[in-house]
Amino acid sequence: MSQSFVLSHLRALEAESIHILRETASQFCNPVLLYSIGKDSSVLVHLARKAFYPGKFPFPLLHIDTTYEYPEMIEFRDRFTNEIGAELRVYTNQDAINAGANPYNLGTAKCCHLLRTSALVAGLREGNYDAAIGGGRRDEEKSRAKERVFSFRDRAGRWEPRNQRPELWNFYNGAVNPGESIRVFPLSNWTEIDVWRYIELENIPVVPLYFAKPREVIVRGQTLIPLQSNVKLLSGEQPEMICCRMRTLGCTPCSGAIRSEAGTTRSIIEEIISFRRSERENRLIDHDQEGSMELKKREGYF
Amino acid sequence: MSIAAQPKTVTLDHFTASGDELPLLRISTAGSVDDGKSTLIGRLLFDTKAILEDHLDDVKNSKVNRASRGIDLSLLTDGLRAEREQGITIDVAYRYFSTARRKFIVADTPGHEQYTRNMATGASTSDLAVILIDARKRFLEQSKRHAFISWLLGVRTLVFAINKMDLVDFSRQIFAQIREQSNTLLSLLDGVQVHFIPVSALDGDNIVTKSSRTPWYDGPPLLEILEAAQPGVDVTALPLRFPVQTVIRPDSDFRGFAGQIASGRLRVGEEVTALPGGQKSRVARIVTFDGDLDEAFAPMSVNLVLADERDIARGDMIVTASKEASQAQTVEATVVWMNEEPLVAGRSYLIHQGPRVVSARVSRILHRWDVEKLETRDTSSLSLNEIGVLEIEASEPLLFDPYRENRATGGFIVVHRISNLTLGAGLIERKSLNVSGRGPLLPEERLQLRGHSGAWVDLSQAHELIDAVERALLTEHLHVVRTEQPELRRFGLIVLTLGYHQGTPDVVVDRSDLHSAIVAIRASTILGALHVFGEREGI
Ligand SMILES: Nc1nc2c(ncn2[C@@H]2O[C@H](COP(=O)(O)OP(=O)(O)OP(=O)(O)O)[C@@H](O)[C@H]2O)c(=O)[nH]1
Ligand SMILES: [Mg+2]
Repeated sequence: MSQSFVLSHLRALEAESIHILRETASQFCNPVLLYSIGKDSSVLVHLARKAFYPGKFPFPLLHIDTTYEYPEMIEFRDRFTNEIGAELRVYTNQDAINAGANPYNLGTAKCCHLLRTSALVAGLREGNYDAAIGGGRRDEEKSRAKERVFSFRDRAGRWEPRNQRPELWNFYNGAVNPGESIRVFPLSNWTEIDVWRYIELENIPVVPLYFAKPREVIVRGQTLIPLQSNVKLLSGEQPEMICCRMRTLGCTPCSGAIRSEAGTTRSIIEEIISFRRSERENRLIDHDQEGSMELKKREGYF
Repeated sequence: MSIAAQPKTVTLDHFTASGDELPLLRISTAGSVDDGKSTLIGRLLFDTKAILEDHLDDVKNSKVNRASRGIDLSLLTDGLRAEREQGITIDVAYRYFSTARRKFIVADTPGHEQYTRNMATGASTSDLAVILIDARKRFLEQSKRHAFISWLLGVRTLVFAINKMDLVDFSRQIFAQIREQSNTLLSLLDGVQVHFIPVSALDGDNIVTKSSRTPWYDGPPLLEILEAAQPGVDVTALPLRFPVQTVIRPDSDFRGFAGQIASGRLRVGEEVTALPGGQKSRVARIVTFDGDLDEAFAPMSVNLVLADERDIARGDMIVTASKEASQAQTVEATVVWMNEEPLVAGRSYLIHQGPRVVSARVSRILHRWDVEKLETRDTSSLSLNEIGVLEIEASEPLLFDPYRENRATGGFIVVHRISNLTLGAGLIERKSLNVSGRGPLLPEERLQLRGHSGAWVDLSQAHELIDAVERALLTEHLHVVRTEQPELRRFGLIVLTLGYHQGTPDVVVDRSDLHSAIVAIRASTILGALHVFGEREGI
């Protein structure tokens, strides 16, 4: 039988991401992997383990904790990072929290700015990181579709989408001066389906919130908000038991669940194939105004 | 615990595609501003049902709509605020879609001249370029530049989509005229596969299905061409090239060279050479997280263990010993300049060939391309978006294959030493020759000194054109003579003959116009000299 020399789609994506991760480890003095606990982070960590095998895991993980995350996420984070022997660093914008920042009286846009964007920029500055690896994918959102794999940030952590470094072939120019940094996106060319197929293929652990089961939720407009300690009921709202799952993870007040029966990776893949709407739709923060993701990104959001 | 002991193994099927999976095709767009590139990609995504409803709602609800009817599909890729405000594409958007037959990555690139660098970014990895032309306009300089850059960067399938046919009553004549106008350019671009399609991106004619409004067009719609296109060359059939990204040393027993195979295949036991040192060894293990392999191929990311202790570091290249890559400190390269600050002869820059970074000086600029006239010109600098051929002297050897032979090892980027900006993209043509030697000139030395190869131009059917041809060639400083000795082409002369001679002329001028005669001569000499070095030595 003649051997075929064509990589499968997932293995080609894997090889590309490994190449990007190795470039990151080689080109920077102090890189960090932004760990958001979500499925993309799980895939990213898995790929980084592969990239440096049999060497040790080369990047510390940085989690920007808004303190509004689902408790299941924090449990998962601690167990997962411990299992793979990675170093976990957690950063919270404590000043803002102390000053009373929360989504209920500030609105989601402002809260997100303080607890995610500013916290991220401050966390990266505090750690003096020259590269931050994130799980962003180009298929997620229209401004992400425009972003480089190695995406330059100036001293203030800002992205300038009108003036990005040309990025030819698989040559990633990560040269920076002190204070400047690069955001690295090894999953740029993956789609949501690719991520789930890869999770299935490689048996990668993800937070149980992704899998459907009956949960107590509040139905608010089009979204289901799982009943968690932090969620405040508006007048007239009653919790209901609904079989649902999260398509993306974020803070409790901002990321809703979807009605779903998909309790396994396989059934999630089938469900996504049938979906006609994007995963970010249930993230309230992405839709505050036209181009809101781009504005957040320019300020330093991932 | 030693990692070397009892490694687990895995077979190649663990990585390879199942039999019916067609390789992914990478597509980029090209053309002048407002020709309808983004609208065409939007249409393609829309008609193949690749658009999610909420993304479509976002477009429908946008404050901007430049489409003369219906939804503005260009907004599906023009996602930046500045792009929507100004109505132009600024940077490449990457979109992913698939049909029942294959998967695609589309890079929608800007047409605006200011952002040519972003167009080059999109073209550098693409297999096929869709070049848009507004049916109401001529074949504009910017469309030529884009087609030319796409070709330089190695794109070998060009689909010319003559767009906005709805605005010219789907005129067959206009389509034919534009097709005619592109001939000059196409005569220069060797090795390309070309298609022409009349389309309306706005209305969807000939995009996914054949249009009833172009009954005179007998070719397939765009999507069928994309589904059937061959992705470039088979990189696994080229010689093994393995640029080392990093050395993995978890303990003193294990020393692995990690990298992504740029081209070729690799087997355990195979003899390899480490460049630039030239030391030879054998492949002892091909390590991956999933297990050891007997064999691997491009573009797999693996970790190589060699049989002998070798001093190999990041930026070195492991190559097959049976066909090594070239190494040279002085090379000639075509460069697309991408910065407002011009490239100047004599200046020093950093060159990144993937993981290999060397310092280099531009020792001279041989010429630049005039993309409008498709001629070369003398110059001492290259401005933003200009394309020129340079000689570069590096402080350490560059490891390469000519870009035309291997897209993975022939390219480099030029980086500013202080600002770290990526200033340009380079394509290595060949090792520079030292022409200060003695004795008989080698054919390649002659080629380089004259700047073009020789050719026999037969004017026996067009006597009246000989003066004009001679003048035109002399104006371009080409070495031309009128003589009835066609064999003088061996010495790098362009020989114009009027009589009949034995043998095969390189160019036969008939009674057609002078311009096409000059283009044909230029194509068989200058570009021949520039790129297909050695091919014409035998003459
Ligand atoms: N009538 C007609 N208008 C079209 C067609 N295709 C595009 N347009 C219009 O032409 C204008 C420019 O379209 P775009 O798709 O933004 O052009 P582009 O080539 O992407 O422009 P840049 O990316 O800025 O270079 C828009 O107003 C489109 O609606 C077509 O087939 N017919
Ligand atoms: Mg456009």
